[in-house]
This record gives sequence, C-alpha cells and structure tokens, in this order.
Amino acid sequence: MTIDAPEREETQSHFPTEVEYGRLVRWRTLKARWFQLACFVALLVAVLALATLLYTIIDDSFGLVAVVNQQEPEDVVAGLGHDPAVTTLGELEFDELVGLLSANVTSGVGRRLEREQRFYADRLVFESPEVWNEVCSSSEPTPGCSRGPRGRDDVYALVLERVVQPDVIASYPLVPSLLDPEGFDEEIRLGFESGRFSEYSPEQVQIEWRAWFNPTFVRSPQNATPEIAGIRTAILGSMWLVIITVAFAVPVGVGAAIYLVEYARPTRLNGFIQTNINNLAGVPSIIYGMLGLAIFVRLFESFTSGAFFTAGVPPSENGRTVLSAGLTLGLLALPVVIISAQEALKAVPDSIRSAGLALGATRWQTVRSQVLPVALPGILTGTILAVARAVGETAPLILVGAASFITSDPTGPFSKFTALPIQIFQWTSRPQPEFHNIAAAASIALLLLLLTLNAAAVILRNRYSRRVE
Amino acid sequence: MTNDMPTEAVLENPRVIAGGATQVAKTPAVIETKGMSVFYGDFLAVADVSLRFQRNEITALIGPSGCGKSTVLRSLNRMNDLIPTARTVGEVHYHGENIYADHIDPVRVRRTIGMVFQKPNPFPKSIFQNIAWGAKVNGFKGSKSDLEDLVEEALRSAALWDEVKDKLPASGYSLSGGQQQRLCIARAIATKPDVILMDEPCSALDPIATTRIEELMLQLKETYSIIIVTHNMQQAARVSDKTAFFNVEISQAGRTGRLVEFSPTDQLFTTPKEKETEDYITGRFG
Repeated sequence: MTIDAPEREETQSHFPTEVEYGRLVRWRTLKARWFQLACFVALLVAVLALATLLYTIIDDSFGLVAVVNQQEPEDVVAGLGHDPAVTTLGELEFDELVGLLSANVTSGVGRRLEREQRFYADRLVFESPEVWNEVCSSSEPTPGCSRGPRGRDDVYALVLERVVQPDVIASYPLVPSLLDPEGFDEEIRLGFESGRFSEYSPEQVQIEWRAWFNPTFVRSPQNATPEIAGIRTAILGSMWLVIITVAFAVPVGVGAAIYLVEYARPTRLNGFIQTNINNLAGVPSIIYGMLGLAIFVRLFESFTSGAFFTAGVPPSENGRTVLSAGLTLGLLALPVVIISAQEALKAVPDSIRSAGLALGATRWQTVRSQVLPVALPGILTGTILAVARAVGETAPLILVGAASFITSDPTGPFSKFTALPIQIFQWTSRPQPEFHNIAAAASIALLLLLLTLNAAAVILRNRYSRRVE
Repeated sequence: MTNDMPTEAVLENPRVIAGGATQVAKTPAVIETKGMSVFYGDFLAVADVSLRFQRNEITALIGPSGCGKSTVLRSLNRMNDLIPTARTVGEVHYHGENIYADHIDPVRVRRTIGMVFQKPNPFPKSIFQNIAWGAKVNGFKGSKSDLEDLVEEALRSAALWDEVKDKLPASGYSLSGGQQQRLCIARAIATKPDVILMDEPCSALDPIATTRIEELMLQLKETYSIIIVTHNMQQAARVSDKTAFFNVEISQAGRTGRLVEFSPTDQLFTTPKEKETEDYITGRFG
C-alpha cells in the first residue's frame, strides 16, 4: 500500500527510501495509538478516582441501621392517651411535648435547657421565678434571658433526644444494604452473641432504612449524639465564611488586578510584585492559617472580637471569630483572585482601551465603563472558583480557632463558629461508626455547597459573556 | 447646532485646549509639528518632523511600512503616551499651543483631536451607547432627548443613520465591517472634536465600504480637519488635499522614519520634488 509520488530525478535525497518510509509510517502510527491509549488510561484513572470518592461518600450516607429506642414513640404517644395508630409523636401539641420533656429529664438538665432558651415567653417550666430573675439581673445573664421562646421543631428534637433516645447500635453501608440486607441481620446476631450489645435485648432492635443526609440533619444544630446531630451551625458558619471571604477578597483582588493590568508600568518593582503574587498562590493553606492566627486573631483582636465597635462587653471574648476566619480565607483566595482577574482583564483587546481614551475619556472611565464589563464574566468565574476552593479549606480554620463543638448559630461576624470541613474533620476522627456516617452526610452538604458556587460561576459567565473581537 | 457640552470656556471653544489665556490663532495651521521626534526607549522611530496641517483639509501621510507615519499620527493627540517607552521630543502645536506642554492634560487633547483606528473597534455595547458614551464621559449635560438628537446627528454625519436608525439598541458588533468603521467615525464626531485622525481607516474594509468611507471623509472635511494615514496611494490621491511622504532610513541603530516631502497632493503625485518620492509613487520600491 503505497501512494507513489511522481517519479522525479533526485540527485541526493535526505528523505528515506520508499521501503524505509513505509516502515516508518507504520511505526509512527503505532506510536500515536499508544499515546492516545495512554491519555485515555489517564482519563480513566481520573474518572475512577472521582467515582470512588462519590461512592465512598454516598455509601456511608445512606443504608440500613439497627436502632434501639429507650422509649418507643408509640408507647410515649399512648402514654398521653392518644391512639398510636392515629397520632404520631411529631403531631403532638407543643404543650404535650414540653410536658413529656419535664416528665422525662432531670430538673438539672431541664434548668440548663431553659437557661439556654426558655420554652414559653410568659412562664417558666423548670426554673423558679426568683432564681430566674436573679440570674437575669446578674452581670452575666444566660442567653435564655434575652432570646425568644423555643420553636416547636426545637422542642420536638429535644423530645427525640431526651425521651425517645434512639441509639443506633450498628449501621450498614448503602451497597451491601441493597445487595445483601440479610448480611446485616447476621451482623446484629453475631453482635449479640459476642456480647457487644449486651445492654439491649434482640427484641428491642429495629432495623430501618436511614438516609443520614436528610432535611432534619441539615436543619438540626450540632449535638453530641450522632443520631440527632445536624449541620445547621456548620452550614451557617460556612455561609458566613463565604460572605466575609468574598467581601474581602473580591474588592481587594479585583482592585489590585486593575492596578497591575491597567496602570502599572513595567518597572522592576512591579515585576517583583507580580512574581510574588504568583508565588503566594502556591503557599500551603496551613501557612495562611498561621498568618491569620498571628494577625487577625492576635494582633487585631480588638477589631475581630468586635470590642473595638462596642463600648461595653465585646460580642466575643477573643479574636477566634468567623470574621478572623473569613479574612484568613480571603487572604488565601486573594492571589488566585488577583491572577484570574488579571487574566480576564488582559483578555480584553487593547483596541477597546484605545477607543475609550481617544474619545477623551480618562483611564478610569475607560476601565470602568468599557474594560470591566467585558472582563466581568472572567473575573466572576475565577473569583467564585477561588472562593469555593478557600471555603473548603480545613487547616487554616483549625488554626484560627473554629470551634469543634458549638450548638449556637453564628449571628454576626463576631460570632464563634464552626464550618462544614471542620465538622467533617471532627466527626471523622471520632471512634463511633455513626459519626462516620454523619461525616459522610456532611460531606454531601459541603459538596453541594461548592457545586452551587461553581454552578453560579458557570451561569454568570454564560449570562454576561459578550462577544468581543 | 446646539452644544450641550460643558460650558467651561476651554471646552466650549474646542480650539483652545489649555486653560488660562485664550490663544488667538497666530497661524492658520490647525496643527503644526516643529522638529518632532519620537523615541521608543532609546530607539529613534521618527526624526525631526515639521508639518503644518490646515483647517478643513485632508492631509494624507503615506510611505512604506515602518516609516513611522502611524507614530506621527498618534503623536498628534498624545495616544503615544499610552506606550510606556514612547517619548516625544520637539513641539506639536494645536492652534499655537504646545500640546506636550506640562500643563496640558492629554484627556483634553484627545477629546479635541479625535481618532479612528485601523481596525473597527466599536465598544461591545449597543449602537446608541457606542456614540452616547463619548458625550457622557465628557460631561454632556443635555436631557435624554438631547442625547438622542446628538446620536442621530453623529450617525447622520457618518452616513450611517438610515442603515441603523431602526436598530439602535442592537450591538455594535452586529454591523458589517464598513458600518462598524462608520460607527467609529460617528462616535468620534459625537464628542465634537476639531480634528479627526484616521489611522488606515479602510485597510480592513472591502472596496465598496472603502468608497463609502472616502466619500464620507470628503463630506466631513467641510466641518473638521482630517489627517489620514494610508498605505493606499490611490486613496491618498483621491481624497487628500496635501500629502506628506515619509521614508525609512536603515542605520545601525535601526529603522528611523523621516519626512521626505510635503506638498499639495496633485503636485506630489505628478511632479514630486524628490527622487525618493518619485520612486515610491511609481512603484519602484516600497
């Protein structure tokens, strides 16, 4: 199979002969196929790795569980004179739920709950009015003195936690739950035989499906019991982090990028600055954490704890607030924001700038009205990706002091806080397997949060991108 | 024609771009360069150019590639300032005022001496916004309808109104290349300049669009003074009143442009004074 070139008289050719050439072509084609295959294998490895990641998370987030209730909800409902077939625990009146609580918890626990947040606006359940007034008029009143009464969902969650007290004694991952549910029964039986569940009797055990990632999980605050622990505090903490990170990194980053691209002359100093920004983008996040600890938590403590803004008691006793963490993450995202904004600005053709300036516009007018709108989609995309990356960081948050256990939602920039990655990290390091399940469920929440941010980046890019030639 | 631009004396009379004492035109020339040289860093790009551009005339700058004619043009409204290494020495007088004097703000110069570029470069905005923006940044004070009048007037002057009057909100990029270039001319006109610089305005256009732009230039010179750089000698011959021929001198330091001859166009193309000019226009080099 040769395609013959027309015969020509050749004095001395440096090209291979026809036979050699045929061999060469076969060899080259073969080599090309190998490399194509190698690239495909590389892609497969990448896809496989991502699929395994998702598989692990989802496998742990759903599946069969063996639950033992200290009190069966049906018995509780029946105890109040309702028909368990008609009324479920969740349908009880607010007063009935509070009554259940007061009947089932010790007065010490009840008082603590009430001091955290009271049950009724007009009366007290566990606390005597005298002590209450004393506590509230003291120099350190409890939160319950100023907060509104608990909502129904909150009380219901307390009833589940304190009265029903469900205990997941064993959990089974999703895939074996689907393929081999009998295996779980076997596991429970073996557990009883070996005495692992000696405090319960086999009749108490209920096997049920459990989606660890569910609306209640998302809505509930942090708790020491994995069955009722939720991630509301962590989600709100992460959202505060997003807000503060964006508020800090975007104006500063875009401003710096505009200066570097539109104004800076190519001096040695500016080249030095540029190189260092590029280097900063590669600095490990733990180092940003140390920086944040030294600067925002310690040096600017009066600012980040809010003491600077209030005359009396500062909102937070130290600088380990969501503001410090947000600024640290902002600092972490800053180099990437600057670089991506620079790229977006550089992609705007110079002819647009010339056109603006030739009309007698100042440089700022030209940048503001002509260059920035064109660069905006690119800036937004880069910024959102940088912020998404930063918000998933764990190490700097640990250093600047994210709380590992906190049940109250962050209420402002000076709040103590926790964040989703911190929560996942904490739960994963616990020995009880149920914590691993909720860690996986929290991972889903974190991935969804980041996916939302990335989707926003894509949507903004598509909506605002304009064609410039 | 009403003028809704700022009433500040220096802007109301666009011929005077410097603050302070009003300059009475001592010379009929609109722009005059006196021994102007342009450097890029240490490299001398154009040496010692002395030219006088007359009011309501089209002056063409021609010459081979690299002779610095575009550099000269960009020096006339200080667009060269945007190149960090560029440096202009000598003087460029606009109605007797040196536009390179320390107290002159280049923003004022560029508003008074407008520019049209080689490649049509409309803003990625609507046709209306393309034209209105220049007026707005220069402090246009009129009402919305005044602005609409200004846009219409500019588009009419650029012979584009009939083609775009029904699609003013459409993007400037929806127009053809020739229409885009006329849009850029309309945009330049809308800020009420005195002089329009054109840097090879037809080199990216087809012959029909080129003809339209040339016709437009002849109309515009009734109101404005036009200086055009062109590669196309026929174009210079067709539209310009005066022509300056630049040539490039290759020395060890590099290629330096210099002005060879500056004459009325018909004279330069029929009876050139210099041998170099004759060689160039008869196509013996370049």
